[in-house]
Amino acid sequence: MVSSVPIKTEPMIVNIGPQHPSTHGVFRMRVTLDGERIINAEMVVGYLHRSMEKLAEERTWTQNIPFTDRMDYLAAMTGNLSYCHAVERLAGVEVPERAQYLRVIFAELQRIASHAMANGTFVNDCGAWQTPLLYMFREREKILDLFEMTCGARLTLNYMRIGGVAFDLPDEFMPQLRTLLDELPARMDEYDDLLIDNEILLMRSRDIGILSPELAMNASVSGPMLRGSGIAWDLRKADPYGVYDRMEFDIPVGYNGDCFDRFMVRMAEVRQSVRIIEQAVEQLPPGPYCADVPLNLRPPAGEVYSRIESPKGELGFYLVSDGGPTPFRFHVRSPSLMNLSALKEMVVGQTVSDAIVTLGSIDINVGEVDR
Amino acid sequence: MALLARWYDVRDLGNAVAGLMDALRDAGASEGLLYVVAGLLGALGILGFVGFTSVINIWVERRLIGRIQVRKGPNRAGPWGLLQPIADAIKLIQKEALTPKLADSAVFTLAPIVIFVPAILAFAVLPWGEGMVLADLNVGVLYILALGSTSAIMVFMAGYASNNKYALMGSMRVIAMLISYEIPTVLALLGVVAFAGTMSLSGIVAFQETHWSWLIFFQPLAFLIFLFGASAELNRSPADIAEAESEIIAGYHIEYSGMKFGLFYAVELVNVMAVSAIIATLFLGGWWTFGLNEFVPGWMLFIGKVYAVYFIFIWFRGTLPRFRIDQLMAFAWKFLLPLSLVNVLLVAVEVFIWTEYEISAGIVLPIFAVVNFVLAGVLIAGWARVMTRNYERFPRRARLVSEIDVPLPAQSGSAARAEA
Amino acid sequence: MPAVTTILAGSLLAERISAAVPDSIEETAEEWVRVRPEKLLEVARFLHDDRDTDARYLIAVSGVDYYDHFEVVYHLASLSHNHELVLKVRADHEEPEVPSVTPVWLGAHLQEREIYDLLGIRFPGHPNLKRIFLWEGFPGYPLRKDFMNLPGGVRPGLQRFPKEDPDQWGGEFRAD
Repeated sequence: MVSSVPIKTEPMIVNIGPQHPSTHGVFRMRVTLDGERIINAEMVVGYLHRSMEKLAEERTWTQNIPFTDRMDYLAAMTGNLSYCHAVERLAGVEVPERAQYLRVIFAELQRIASHAMANGTFVNDCGAWQTPLLYMFREREKILDLFEMTCGARLTLNYMRIGGVAFDLPDEFMPQLRTLLDELPARMDEYDDLLIDNEILLMRSRDIGILSPELAMNASVSGPMLRGSGIAWDLRKADPYGVYDRMEFDIPVGYNGDCFDRFMVRMAEVRQSVRIIEQAVEQLPPGPYCADVPLNLRPPAGEVYSRIESPKGELGFYLVSDGGPTPFRFHVRSPSLMNLSALKEMVVGQTVSDAIVTLGSIDINVGEVDR
Repeated sequence: MALLARWYDVRDLGNAVAGLMDALRDAGASEGLLYVVAGLLGALGILGFVGFTSVINIWVERRLIGRIQVRKGPNRAGPWGLLQPIADAIKLIQKEALTPKLADSAVFTLAPIVIFVPAILAFAVLPWGEGMVLADLNVGVLYILALGSTSAIMVFMAGYASNNKYALMGSMRVIAMLISYEIPTVLALLGVVAFAGTMSLSGIVAFQETHWSWLIFFQPLAFLIFLFGASAELNRSPADIAEAESEIIAGYHIEYSGMKFGLFYAVELVNVMAVSAIIATLFLGGWWTFGLNEFVPGWMLFIGKVYAVYFIFIWFRGTLPRFRIDQLMAFAWKFLLPLSLVNVLLVAVEVFIWTEYEISAGIVLPIFAVVNFVLAGVLIAGWARVMTRNYERFPRRARLVSEIDVPLPAQSGSAARAEA
Repeated sequence: MPAVTTILAGSLLAERISAAVPDSIEETAEEWVRVRPEKLLEVARFLHDDRDTDARYLIAVSGVDYYDHFEVVYHLASLSHNHELVLKVRADHEEPEVPSVTPVWLGAHLQEREIYDLLGIRFPGHPNLKRIFLWEGFPGYPLRKDFMNLPGGVRPGLQRFPKEDPDQWGGEFRAD
């Protein structure tokens, strides 16, 4: 603002969160404001810290699976998958073919559910009054129904086991999945019309919170954020775990690295997930769904870092074993925490409204940030 | 008996009141008493209507929003959830009305009470039916605009007195926005007033009746400007930046609880009704509906129109994301203001042609309607094209790549880091 | 580009590092190398900038308590070459200190704070080294193996959540 008389203004410190409708849990952003413009921002986390990494050192390898549910409670399947995959690599467990495919199906269903939630809340943060969120919930509910049918839980699933999965598919699963897969592409077209082609949404999120590819890579962000910045990187392609190397799909990539790109990438990823599920359902072989793994597993001494592409980004587990029944070290590389690395760089200089939109587009899950 | 005979004629409640007046006059009441009784009756009627609708609208709005959002909405309390507003009210009354320690408690308490006044006063000048108007001011439009601009003060009172940063931000936003949106809305109404040649609301309805057309057909541009400007002044989506649930939580009424919050909530609904009623009167013919008012009571038609406009506001709220404050300001100053100025010019030219050459209304009004509709479309589309930032530099669909592909940086790593 | 991520062999990595930063390797294993803490930042710069190694992406920083020493493990990756490399640094158990790599990778910022918070390893050079999940004044570092038998009989846990000093952010906390 050009003014001949300098107006004496005082910066105002505002706590956005931990109780705030748009912080997706108990995330807190302490911002210093000049009017409505943010001149400094600092994230404060830890309100949901449960010290899982310490707790996990006291429990056996198998007993640790439920912890991974409670990290990213919106994508429990991928948490399970990542941990089980890491332990399997550490212990050298062979996973049966059918289990591999079931894992792919469930991980992709979970990705759709998580992205539905992320996109819904993102548009909610842009100011749409709950409507997109509730539409997205419609799809998510159906996926949660499928989960419930298979493993009895909707949110904290605890479905994957070391060496496979806990239960085989029930008989009603396939018809219901078929219905879902048939209606999802049409629904996605509808959402593209309603959301991606919405001018106000475009105005609110285009050129907001730009994350350049260089900064994105330097700040270790992953998942849709990295792809939104124009870096074509997806662990399902780069380091195919399970049977992802047999699947055909594309990586959606953004152009500008702004909030709209991240949103757009998530929308496009849902279609790719549908594609993957279609293929996995087609190729699903019969056979055992879990390897014979002793409950009291003692992986040989050593260490492993294993990572998968979770809906939020690269979810990795760094496990150190001393040959005992419990992990010696259980470290989680949580994508939600890492995606916040560049938050300050993205938020400073924006208005409060934009900061909320930026935070929404990062799609954090505080359970995973704090662990 | 004259009184009773009139009661059967529900087409116009005004007749009933007039009948009562006649009866009283026959009984020998003085003119002063008649005046007071008539005023009290009208005021009670309006208060009753406002009170009833603000209660029932809680249900209407929640139910409709629920439908828009593929859910059912409140359906537990009473049949179809009709008793939900009562349950809400009981809950709100029971709650403790907290006042923050450092709040300016007098202003804090006063704000939700005072904010009710202009909201209700606006109903006084509205013609509900033929002859059914409490105060037929000859400056009715001006009166309504004046009332509309006072609500900024009350909102600022609430925001300032709460001693809360979010509330302060919300009230600052309200001040900035209301002042900006006052201008296009006033100019939009100026077009209507110039066209009708009167500022009295019943006069405007009478104009629409005599020319057998609603003003929306002559003033489409003014209608759109007023609709959007009103939704901004009402703090409703897509311009609800003062409350901005997802940004500043609830804006100016963040610290209010209990019935004080309930008053803010109710006043929002009353305001929407008032604005819907103004739009229905000015642009949709008020109680006059192409002769239908001969068979259906005019006030029923009027309320029907009010709810139709109200539905548009609910629809907005259910579907649109929110603008950012600078975008909203830019929209007011760069988009609505020039368009409303053009509209005023257009009306001036048209009225000049009409009166100067003494062309009969039957010939000239259809031409004006067509011209104005075409011009409104052209102007909105053209101005939007000129003013809108180019958001189409990038496609709106993600690029699909089939293989991972991350190029090495062009220059050496240290230079890239320095740049990053 | 390989279809799966390869892990760069420790010997190859050690060869490259010692060519650029001499006298920095402490130990070489099949899949990782351990470097001297004082040379870490230099090695990190080299790995980040070298076009063959191209470790522009920091996957994760993890700290491990091995009773008599700490180890900080850096998992690095090149998205262009699609390989992964593992770097380790050993820190003393009494006064653990490892230079911060945040100047090289911004992504290390939060993870180093996390390690400082939970393991108590200090990272000189970090722009904002504060506890991230727990509050300043929390007794002990939970991820240490000796956490449950702290000297002086301090029982860890929530005695009382401290009040923030309203005047000073990130400074003093009243832990009573």
